[in-house]
Amino acid sequence: MEHAVREEQGSLVVSFEGDVDLEHSPKAREVLLRCVAAGQDVFVDLAAVSYIDSSGVASLVEAFQAARQKGTRFALVAVNAAALRVLELARLDRVFTIHETLSEGIRGSA
Amino acid sequence: MSRAGSKRVLQLSFPARAAELRGIRDAVRDAVEGCGCSAESTADIVLAIDEACQNVIRHAYCGESDGLIELEIERRGNGLVFSLIDHAPAIDPSRVQPRDLDDIRPGGLGTHFIRRVMDQVEFQKPASGRGNLLKMVRRID
Repeated sequence: MEHAVREEQGSLVVSFEGDVDLEHSPKAREVLLRCVAAGQDVFVDLAAVSYIDSSGVASLVEAFQAARQKGTRFALVAVNAAALRVLELARLDRVFTIHETLSEGIRGSA
Repeated sequence: MSRAGSKRVLQLSFPARAAELRGIRDAVRDAVEGCGCSAESTADIVLAIDEACQNVIRHAYCGESDGLIELEIERRGNGLVFSLIDHAPAIDPSRVQPRDLDDIRPGGLGTHFIRRVMDQVEFQKPASGRGNLLKMVRRID
């Protein structure tokens, strides 16, 4: 799994690439929680995620809850079909805010 | 060797470590696709087997271990039978149950994924009398 963090219009955009699995989800969790702790809105780009398991989903849920406590936005963007299927199995597609594109997400939070 | 009416399509043995799981997923994907499962079903099955392996690492071996996990996939008619064996102390199957999804919290989703994807899930006693055996059955579609 690779990851990148960049700032766009005052928000942090976290992009993951590859497998967010048991081996790599501790890193994903650390990155997400650090971004949420910065106090900015966080958008997580899942377009290049080839696989996500329950441990990866748990990292997203934990960061989502941390953002809610902080009163900042936390949304998923460009979720590909494979990742969306896993979120649907967990019924979390109805819990997370999901935007088709980053620009749509950032527009929504403006 | 395969029993009458069934054909073994995969047999693997690997240490209970997270770094092993990617290779296991690739092998399961190839085997299941080779049996004619759709791309969607294959992805679901790969997830379920991965989660079952994770449960062994977490709940049976209580963390990463050099202890072995054995995975066998058999094709029986229009179904696939998955056997996952470990050599850890026997676990209490009642402690490995899916949780209420309305309780939004990190963790505890793996068993739910397995039950959603598989048509049958059952803990059985391994032939050796030691360890744990999880049998899962999924129809081919």
